[in-house]
Order: sequence, then structure tokens, then C-alpha cells
Amino acid sequence: MITRFLWQGVDRKLRWFIALVLAAGIVPVLLNLFTPPGSALHVPAWALQLVGKYLCYAALALAVDLVWGYCGILTLGHAAFFALGGYCMGMYLMRQIGSRGVYGNPILPDFMVFLNYKELPWFWRGFDHFWFAAPMIVIVPSVLALALGWFAFRSRVTGVYLSIITQAMTFALMLAFFRNDTGLGGNNGMTDFKDILGFPVQADGTRAALYLASALMLALFLLIAGAIVGSRFGKALTAVRDAESRMRFLGYRVEGYKLFVFVLSAAMAGIAGALYVPQVGIINPSEFAPGNSIEAVLWVAVGGRGTLIGPVIGAVLVNWAKTYLTGALPEVWLFALGGLFIAVTLFLPRGVVGLWAQLKAGRERSRRVAPA
Amino acid sequence: MSAPRSTSALLYLSGVTVSFDGFKALNNLSLLVEPGEMRAIIGPNGAGKTTMMDVVTGKTRPDEGEVVFDGQADLTRLDEADIATLGIGRKFQKPTVFENHTVRDNLLLALAGQRSWYRLLTAAPTRAENDRLEEILAVIRMRPQQHMSAARLSHGQKQWLEIGMLLAQDPKLLLVDEPVAGMTDVETETTAQVLREINKSHSVVVVEHDMSFVRALGVKVTVLHEGSMLAEGTLDQVSADPRVVEVYLGR
Repeated sequence: MITRFLWQGVDRKLRWFIALVLAAGIVPVLLNLFTPPGSALHVPAWALQLVGKYLCYAALALAVDLVWGYCGILTLGHAAFFALGGYCMGMYLMRQIGSRGVYGNPILPDFMVFLNYKELPWFWRGFDHFWFAAPMIVIVPSVLALALGWFAFRSRVTGVYLSIITQAMTFALMLAFFRNDTGLGGNNGMTDFKDILGFPVQADGTRAALYLASALMLALFLLIAGAIVGSRFGKALTAVRDAESRMRFLGYRVEGYKLFVFVLSAAMAGIAGALYVPQVGIINPSEFAPGNSIEAVLWVAVGGRGTLIGPVIGAVLVNWAKTYLTGALPEVWLFALGGLFIAVTLFLPRGVVGLWAQLKAGRERSRRVAPA
Repeated sequence: MSAPRSTSALLYLSGVTVSFDGFKALNNLSLLVEPGEMRAIIGPNGAGKTTMMDVVTGKTRPDEGEVVFDGQADLTRLDEADIATLGIGRKFQKPTVFENHTVRDNLLLALAGQRSWYRLLTAAPTRAENDRLEEILAVIRMRPQQHMSAARLSHGQKQWLEIGMLLAQDPKLLLVDEPVAGMTDVETETTAQVLREINKSHSVVVVEHDMSFVRALGVKVTVLHEGSMLAEGTLDQVSADPRVVEVYLGR
């Protein structure tokens, strides 16, 4: 039944795109592992690490698109779910350091020794084990989304008000995580990771595996999102987006629909964040910065809101440009980002993915006008 | 609160008052609609016609008064989804269809039955549902357009589609708000026929401005004025009432 569910909404175009994502996951890994470093075909580990980061961003963009593009909930706080997943992974990685920290304390992570902690706070318990941390990566963001969504959707908070609430949520979390007393590393966050599942984080082989895992995650999310969007649930979901009160008068309990995608999307964002952290090697409270969530919305807008392929393309494009520009012309990046936002709103209402259809429609129009 | 009164009427409104910032949109309104009846409601702008529909469908809570459906359900305590499930359908003044969905998907969404989100994740349309969709497409004469997106339909076609959605919803009571606004004379005449057709198996409440349309329906008429009932009877009876002439028809 699950396989039928997964295949029902996956049309040809999406199937090709998922295949492309899988190929983008497997081929560079093979080239990294089986070609000598001097070869023209060799993919260096740093490149895998960089693109692996983009893939995690792409998964976050897909999660944002599921609620914004398909359900009309403009979330400006999704980076918080991403960061929470990242922190759960970070806590596990911190525990894997053991006594190899600077202070060599076998029980407490370095920052706790530094801050005069006497014992491990209760919420760190269990994070020594991957089997505990892994479900937490999903559960923590989901529970927060469930609580927020439950109250907001039941009270029929919509539109700008909901966006402001989500933005306030991520801001509040940022402030909380900045505090040293929160027990999660304060403004330095967590870093200096050593091992993941027994493998050294910095090793090339581990990086290749993390990259592959990121691509598999993205492919799986595309499959799930496609199945949801293509189901009768998906039809109801877009109907809620387009005419919410009409759906109520048809007898649909709109809150259930919104809550389900919101929680699912938060869980996706959490998993993406968890794979992001070992690849970049650090997690700190700046991941909760309100600007991060807004950037994620921008990736979706650039790629094409309400399509499944769009957010992936948008996230990779914008972040590739960001990597390039912050290196080449660091002071230009924020202006470029602002300019991009305006340009997309004005000229690309359907994003890069919609560009093709837009051009075709334009050409048809001019052809129709021309003979007259 | 006392238990809702038991009544033989399908829809029972008694002493319903709704005020917005001191303005009484409905003022002690009472109204009875019998099972199987079709009722036309007329009245000048601001008479409270739309507010009355809002109260019945759960969008607006009355400050005072009783609203009872089907002899037992107290509508003042239920929300839109509950009331729709009980069997009250509503057609809006401006046609509201799902523009990004095809005609067929619009009808599928309206089809009575599946409403829970977790069932719809795996539900495929059943044979019975497909048959029902074909029937409705035939009634509203839109089979050729069934795979067209609703955004591309003409105004009249959207009205038809919305009526089709109400048929798919199969409610006991249909509330229809100004169905012929913006329609041609021919379309108006056909709409009257369709409503009479629908009335054979459903109770209907129609709010309308268009007198020739109300005449074509040929049913009992209720005149609202300033949130209360002013007169009730056949169109000829109420037209002859001097108070009605003064507030409405005379202008």
C-alpha cells in the first residue's frame, strides 16, 4: 500500500528529476573514490561537502514549498526546524567526542567545563546514542510545529499574522539558544566534531557518504512530496490554498490538512538540518536568524513556487551564487539578494521553472499578433 | 442553554439577532422552511440576507436566538465543516470554484463522503464516485469541459459548475445567493429550470434581487427589511403589500 501511495503522484517529469538527483548523488561519489586526485575527472572532497550543503538547503526549500506553495501558509520560520534538527545531530556529535576535547573531561563537553557545569543537563541524556538522537531529529521539530500549528490553525490565524508568528518563533529560539544557561553551547554553538557512527567526520570517505545520504534524502523527500501532492489529499490541499472558506462550507476540516503538511514539512526540515551539521562541521544559534528563514522562502520563489522541481533548482542556484559572490565580491551579496527578490517578483512570478512556459506563452502571443 | 426545540421544519430560525458594532444586521428574525420547500428571499441591500446565510452556515454566531436544522441540530454551536456535513450546502454570490483545479476535480472535491485528511492520502475515486461524477457532468452539461481548468471557464459556466458542486455535495438544504447575477436572460431562465429540478429532491433557499427570476421560480417569498421579516406570501401578495412597496419595490 505504501508503494502504491508513493507512486500515485509521481509523474514522468518528477520521475526523471528524481533519477537526476540520484545520479547527482552517486556519480560524483564514484568519481571521488575511484579516480586518482590528479585526474581531470576527480571530484575533490571539498566539492562534495559544498554541494552536499546545497542539497540540504534544497531539502529545506522543498519543505517550505510544501506548506507555502501547496497550502498557502507563508512560513517565515522554517530555518528554526532545520536548526533544531541540526542541534539534535550536534548534541549526538558532541557526545561522540568523549574525552578527546581540549579539557579532556570524559563526561562534560568542552563548553560545559568552560562554563563551570557540574553535571550533564537532563536533556542531554540519551544523545550518546545514535538510536536516540535519530528519532529526536524528527520528533523535536515536529512537536514544535504541532504545538504552534495546533493553536494557530484552530484560531484561524492566516496570512501575514501567521508569517509574523513563525518569524517571532525563530527569533525567540535564537535568543534562547544564544544564552549560555540554555546548556547548548551559547553563542559558540557546537563544533570540533570527531566521529559520526564511529567514522571520522573529516575523512574523505565519510564526506562522500554524507553527500550520498543528502542526495538520497532529497530524492526520498521528492518522492513523498510528489505522492502527497498527487493524491486526493493534495487536491484538497491546493483547494485550501486557493479558497479556504469554500472548503469549510464543503465540510472539510481545514485545520487537519494544514497541520499535517506543516508538521511533515517541519520534520523534513529537521532531517535536512541534521545532515547539514556534520557536513559544515558546526551548529550555532545564528542558524535561527530570521533572515535564514526568509532566504529559504526566496529560494522557493526563485525556483518556482508550487512546483516540486522549482525549490530544488532555486536553492542550488541561489546558494551557488551566494558562494561565488560572498567570495568574489562580499559587499555585493546582500544587494544582489535584495535585487533578486524584486526581480523575481516583477519578472518571474512562476520562478525559473515557470520561465519556459512564460516564454512560450509570450512567443505565441506575438505570433498571434504578428500576421494581423 | 436549553435543549434545542424540536420542530418539524427543516430550518427553524427564531428571534435571531446579530449586531456588528451596534448595527443590527439581523433583528429578531424568525423564519421557517419546511422540508422539500423552495423559498425565495428578497429585500433591499443591507436587509440582512447574506448575514442570515452566514448564521445558518456557521460563519457568523448570532448574539441571540435559536437556529435549528432538521428538527434537532443546534446550528449556533457548530462550525462550518460540521454544518456542511449535516447537509447544508451554500452557493456564493460570486462564483467560487477552485480555479486551479479541473472541472472534474472541483466536482470530486465537493462529492459527498470523504472528508478526513488521512483517508484522502490513499483514497482513489471509487467506481460509484466516478459514476456520480459522470451523472453530474451530464446534468450541468459540462462533460466536454471536464478536464479544463476552472479558471478558463466563462462566468456562466462557473455558475453552472458551482451548482454541480452543490449537487455533488448532495445537501438536504441548499442556500443559493443571487444565482443569476450577471447572467443573460436565457441563462436566467435555464437557471430557474435547474433550481426547480433540484428542488424535486432538495430543499432550497434562494436569495435574489431579480424579480423576473423570482417570478419564474413561482414559490413562496419572504421579504426582509432591516434584519427582520417584513412580509411573506406569494410574489403577488407581497407585491401588493404597501409596506413592501415602500421599502423595496417602490424605489
